[in-house]
Amino acid sequence: MKNPDIRRYLVALVITALIFITAIFLADYISRKKVAEIRLIQDQISTDILSSEVQSSLLEEFSCKEIGNTILSKELNRLGERLSFTEETRGPDDAEVEALKKYYSLLQIKDFLLMKRVNEKCGAGNVFILYFYKESCDECQKQGYVLTRLKEDFPQLRVYSFDYNIDLPAVKTLISINEIKQSLPAVYIDDNIFYGFQSIEDIEKAIPILKEWKEEQDKQATSTEES
Amino acid sequence: MSDIAQTIIYLSLFISLYFEIFMLLTYLERRHSIKQEEDRPMPTDLPAVSVIVPCFNEEQTITKTIESILDLDYPKEKLNIIIVDDGSTDNTQNVLNRFRNNKQIEILKKENGGKYSALNFGLKYVTTPFVGCLDADSFVEKQTLKIIISHFTSSEIMAVTPAIKVFEPTSIIQLIQKVEYSWGIFLRKMLSFLGAIYITPGPFSIFRKQVFDELGGYKHAHFTEDFEIALRMHSNHMKIVNAHNAHIYTVAPYTLKSLYKQRLRWTYGFLNNMIDYRHMIFRRKFGNIGMYILPMAIVSIFIALYFTGTLIVNAAVKGAERFEQIQAAGLNLSIPSFDLFFININPIAIVTAVILLGTLAIIFISRKMTYGRVYLGRDVFYFLLFYGLIAPLWLAKALYSTAFARDISWK
Repeated sequence: MKNPDIRRYLVALVITALIFITAIFLADYISRKKVAEIRLIQDQISTDILSSEVQSSLLEEFSCKEIGNTILSKELNRLGERLSFTEETRGPDDAEVEALKKYYSLLQIKDFLLMKRVNEKCGAGNVFILYFYKESCDECQKQGYVLTRLKEDFPQLRVYSFDYNIDLPAVKTLISINEIKQSLPAVYIDDNIFYGFQSIEDIEKAIPILKEWKEEQDKQATSTEES
Repeated sequence: MSDIAQTIIYLSLFISLYFEIFMLLTYLERRHSIKQEEDRPMPTDLPAVSVIVPCFNEEQTITKTIESILDLDYPKEKLNIIIVDDGSTDNTQNVLNRFRNNKQIEILKKENGGKYSALNFGLKYVTTPFVGCLDADSFVEKQTLKIIISHFTSSEIMAVTPAIKVFEPTSIIQLIQKVEYSWGIFLRKMLSFLGAIYITPGPFSIFRKQVFDELGGYKHAHFTEDFEIALRMHSNHMKIVNAHNAHIYTVAPYTLKSLYKQRLRWTYGFLNNMIDYRHMIFRRKFGNIGMYILPMAIVSIFIALYFTGTLIVNAAVKGAERFEQIQAAGLNLSIPSFDLFFININPIAIVTAVILLGTLAIIFISRKMTYGRVYLGRDVFYFLLFYGLIAPLWLAKALYSTAFARDISWK
């Protein structure tokens, strides 16, 4: 083999290695950026919830209008979607993912407690679902699809999902006070616990108001079409 | 993805990227020689050349093939055409009759025995110092022979291969091959610089007659005699170079089925000849071809199959997930909003993108070499979209037939 050829083999090796290293660093950088974005959303939500809580403590009687505008369920959904994508790409064992998930679970519980109070005081008409799942569970995956769909169809439906095995005292307390057993998926609606996969129809049965919401939506859709 | 699968993917990507970079570096280093070759004056003292045209049931294309040879810009007294009818059963003989009175042409007939036997039959009648072959489905450009002869710049060079282009491509399958062939023009030129051309294609590779005198004639070689002769030449340290500006047109398979059959034969022939010539692999004395090009050609088959396999498995898993989702939650017809966040940018995706860019760069360079200009046509999109999906069809079958020692059919 001629000398210039050997040089070329080596130069090609160096360039290929450099491209690989750059790719690894670049991917890592982008991944960090995404985690930072998630943290930012979490902090925003945290501030929003905190501000509502402070507001309610200050006023004792909080203003329904103000509170309604502060809590952004959309933001919480946005955070959830991003977090589950990150979990998918980085793996559930990733330390960063685990920390984010804990924080997210806490935010969900805080939002749930606050929204329940808002609902009671202001009659916002929201319905709450607490959903418990675990990793590597096919039924949970299916249940996730159903709840995501319902959440998309009915914005007044607030679904909070928790990893049953997450190492977080707040979630453990939530599980114990509601007496959620290990047979997952488990869906908690209005003091009732349903174990195993619940289809859209099952959940519609458990929450009769969904039907009304649906009819209302249909009515609105027809009136828009007619006009 | 399991750790082993991930490691194989990374390794495959590394090997593929390395190959592209190696070829692009070769191009950058040698691009001036390409220009010099293009500007080289035509030789004035031309040697006598014989062109053997083996044909078997080629009544449709044989006239055009012969006329393109007769039309070559080459002294008539120095150009012999030897047509070997390999026992055609159609109207080929009658078509050939109109050339009987042409003094340049000799028409021979024999019992059917396959292309290699027709070539060997024709070789017996060759008296000129140079000899080539032209398949009856290919045509030459006017200057091709002169350009090829101009590449025999030293007595060391024993064969010169041409640049093959697809003749008037119309179907999607032919357009894909158009890109593939122009990619081949680039690759062969780089292999020429590396002294590693491992095939002397049937259409119009020109040899010194000495090659056959010393090494003997063509062999059956698992239906790929043009591959075997090149390996035999390398085995005997005979030099082969490429004339990238000597153009040949070939009629490419029109349908996927005919392409599959052709490529199955080529890949099967390649693998089996590699088994026959395994003594060349990783042997320093055979230089680039033994140490890098042949091992790379073998590895690339496995890489292509692994990538496609992974792609199919991933698509199946995603499909099953989607099916389960629709089953559980119904079909959601709303269009999901686009968000950059949800694009999975991992090292595999980045390196794949770089490889794709390298592929595009090579396609552009090869277009410049072949057509003198760079342009982006729909053929490139067809090639990038479909080639990776169809090539594994024949690669897998050829590998299977080779592993389990099964013969494949000829046509």
